[in-house]
Amino acid sequence: MLKIKNLHAVVEEQEILKGIDLEVNAGEVHAVMGPNGSGKSTLASVLAGNPKFEVTRGSILFKGKELLEMEPEDRAREGIFLSFQYPVEIPGVSMVNFMRAAVNEQRKYRREEPISATDFLKLMRDKRDLLGMDSQLVSRSVNEGFSGGEKKKNEIFQMAMINPLLSILDETDSGLDIDALRVVAAGVNKLQTKENATILITHYQRLLEYIKPDFVHVLYAGKIIKSGGPELALELEKKGYDWLIKS
Amino acid sequence: MIEQQYIDLFRQYRGELDANSTEGLNRHRDRAFDIFTQIGFPSSKQEDYKHSNIMRCFDADLGLNLRNIPIPVNPYDAFKCDVPNLSTHTFFLINDRYYDKAGQTEGLPDGVFAGSLQQFAKEYPTQFDMHYARIADMHKNGIVAYNTMFAQDGFVVYVPKNVEVEKPLQLINILRGGVDLNVNRRILIIAEENAHVKLLVCDHAVDDVHFVVTQVTEIVAGPSAQVDFYELEENSEKVTRLSNLFSEQKENSNVVTSGITLHNGYTRNNYRFRLLGEHAEAHAGGLAICDKTQHIDNFAFLDHAVPNCTSNELFKNVLKDKATGVFCGKILVEKDAQKTQAYQTNRNLVSTDTAQMFSKPQLEIYADDVKCSHGLTTGQLDEDALFYMRARGIDKEEARLLLMVAFTRDVIDMIRIPTLQERLITLIDKRFRGELMRCGNCAVCK
Repeated sequence: MLKIKNLHAVVEEQEILKGIDLEVNAGEVHAVMGPNGSGKSTLASVLAGNPKFEVTRGSILFKGKELLEMEPEDRAREGIFLSFQYPVEIPGVSMVNFMRAAVNEQRKYRREEPISATDFLKLMRDKRDLLGMDSQLVSRSVNEGFSGGEKKKNEIFQMAMINPLLSILDETDSGLDIDALRVVAAGVNKLQTKENATILITHYQRLLEYIKPDFVHVLYAGKIIKSGGPELALELEKKGYDWLIKS
Repeated sequence: MIEQQYIDLFRQYRGELDANSTEGLNRHRDRAFDIFTQIGFPSSKQEDYKHSNIMRCFDADLGLNLRNIPIPVNPYDAFKCDVPNLSTHTFFLINDRYYDKAGQTEGLPDGVFAGSLQQFAKEYPTQFDMHYARIADMHKNGIVAYNTMFAQDGFVVYVPKNVEVEKPLQLINILRGGVDLNVNRRILIIAEENAHVKLLVCDHAVDDVHFVVTQVTEIVAGPSAQVDFYELEENSEKVTRLSNLFSEQKENSNVVTSGITLHNGYTRNNYRFRLLGEHAEAHAGGLAICDKTQHIDNFAFLDHAVPNCTSNELFKNVLKDKATGVFCGKILVEKDAQKTQAYQTNRNLVSTDTAQMFSKPQLEIYADDVKCSHGLTTGQLDEDALFYMRARGIDKEEARLLLMVAFTRDVIDMIRIPTLQERLITLIDKRFRGELMRCGNCAVCK
C-alpha cells in the first residue's frame, strides 16, 4: 500500500529526515517509535503533505501513485488520514459543516453523490457513539475550547467518519488519561480491517498495550535504525533507546 | 474652496428647501449653515480623516433633488423581501424621501410611530423638538452640519414608554437617479423608558450613477430601553456613503448596532456612543468585505460618562485587491466612570499585498477601577487551520472560503434576529464565492 524510499525532508533549512525506507501493506499496524526530535512527527507531516516541510529526495508511493506530486487534499481523498498531534482550533467553523464538507469531498473524488442529510446525521451519531463523544462537542466549532483529550477523541471521530485506507496517528496517546486512552484505542481497533493499515507514531510503549502492532520501527536522527516485531517495543520499554543509539 | 458651491446653492435655493420640507426641520438650517461656513468639510489633513478624503467626494457636479421631483418607482412592486422567515414591517426611503403608502403601519402596537420625519415633526412636535438634531453634534463634523442644512425628510421610529415592538422594522433605502446625485437623509429612533425596538436598514443603489449620501442617525434610548439597529450596505462602487450615527443611552438601556458592508464604493461610518446612565450597555459591531478599490472607514467614539456601564466593540474587515480599510476606535472613560467595562476588538484579514489596512485604537481612561481592553490584528488566514482542513480532503479554495466565512461569524453572532443571522451567513458565503452580484434587486429585499 505504502512504499517510502530514501525520503529526505527539510524544514527551515535543517534536514530532519535523512533517508527513510518503510513499507506498509494492507491489514498491517506499524509503530514508529523514537526519542524526541528524531523526526517522527515530521514523517507524519510529510506523508500528509504539510507545505511547511520540503522533500529534497526520495519517493512515497501510495497504491502505486507518487504521493509527493499530490496536494494534501488529494492525498486525503486517496485515503491518507493524519490524526494530528496538535489538532487545530477553528473558531466559526462548526464540526457539522466541517465533517459534511470533508465527507462530501471524498465522495466527489470517488464520483459519488453528496451524502443525504439523514444519512449524514446517522453517520455522525454512530461514530460519535463509537468514541463516546458528548453530542455537545460535535455541535461546536472545530476543536474550539476542547480539552486535550477531547481533541484527540475528535481526531479518531473524524477518522471514523472518513474511513481512510491508511491512518497515521501522531502521538494520539499524548494528553489522554487511561480511560480516554482505552476508548480511543478501542475505536481505532474497531476501525481496523484487512483492507486498511495504520501507522502509530508514539513515544511510549503504553499505547501499544491497547493497539497491537505487527511491526515496530525505531526512528533516530532522521533514519530508521531498527525494525522488528512487537517484542521490540517491550525491549525499548525496558532498556530505553540508549543501547540502540550507542551500538 | 469646494464648500463654496454648496454655500451658494444653499443661499440660492433656501426657499425651495423650506417649501419642500417642514417647519421643524427648517428651523435648524440657519444654525447648521453658520457652522458649515465656519468649519467646512473635514479635510484629510485632520488626524481623524487622514485616510479618507471626504473633500474629494464633494468635488463633483452633483445634483440635489431639493424640489422633491417624484421619482417614478413603486418600491413595493420593485422590491420583494425574500429573507426567509424574516417577517418585518417594511418601509422605504427613496433617496431621502419617505415613500408613503396606506396601511404601512398596520400591526404596529398603539402609540408607535414609524414613518416620515416630516410627518412626525407635524404630528409629534414635542418629541420632535426634544430630539431632532440634538445629539447630532454639528460642531465637530462639517458633514453633520451639511446634512442638517439640506435634509428635507427621513425616517422616524418612536416607541413610547413600556411598548415592545416584537416584529423587527425594516427600512429599505433606495438610491435612484438619472444624474449624479447628492442625497442627505436622517434617521431618528426614540425609544422611551422600557421600550423595545429592532430596526434593520438596507442600503441599495439601483441606478448606475454616482451618489454621495450623507446620513445622520440619532438613537435616543431611555431608561431600560432596548434598541437594535442593523445596517446592511449593498451599494454599487459608485456610491459614497458618509454616515454619522449618534447614540445616547440612559440607565439600564441596551443598544446593539451593527454595520455590515457587503458591497460598496467609498464608505465612512462615524459612530458616537454616549453612556449617560448607569448599567447601560452598548454593543457595536461592524463587518466589511471589500475588494477592487473599495474603501471602508469605521470611526467609533465611545464615551463612558457614568459608572457601571459596559461597552463592546467588534469591527472586522476582509480586504483584497486594492481595497483599503481604516479603523479608529476611541474609548473615553470619564473621571467618575468607575467599574466601567469597555472592550474593543479590530481584526482584519488582508489577502493581497496591494490591499491596505490602517488601524488605530485609542483609550483615554480617567477612572482607576475599570476593565478595558483592546485587541488589534491584521493578517492572513491561519495556515495551520488551512492545512488541517486540506488534510481532511477539503479543497484549498473551499477551505479558504470556510475560514473566511468563519472569520465573520462573531460579528454576525451579535445580531439579535436569528433569521437575519442565517440570511447574512448565506449572503456572506455567496459574496466570498463571487456569486452575489450587486444588482437592481438587492440580495435581501429582491
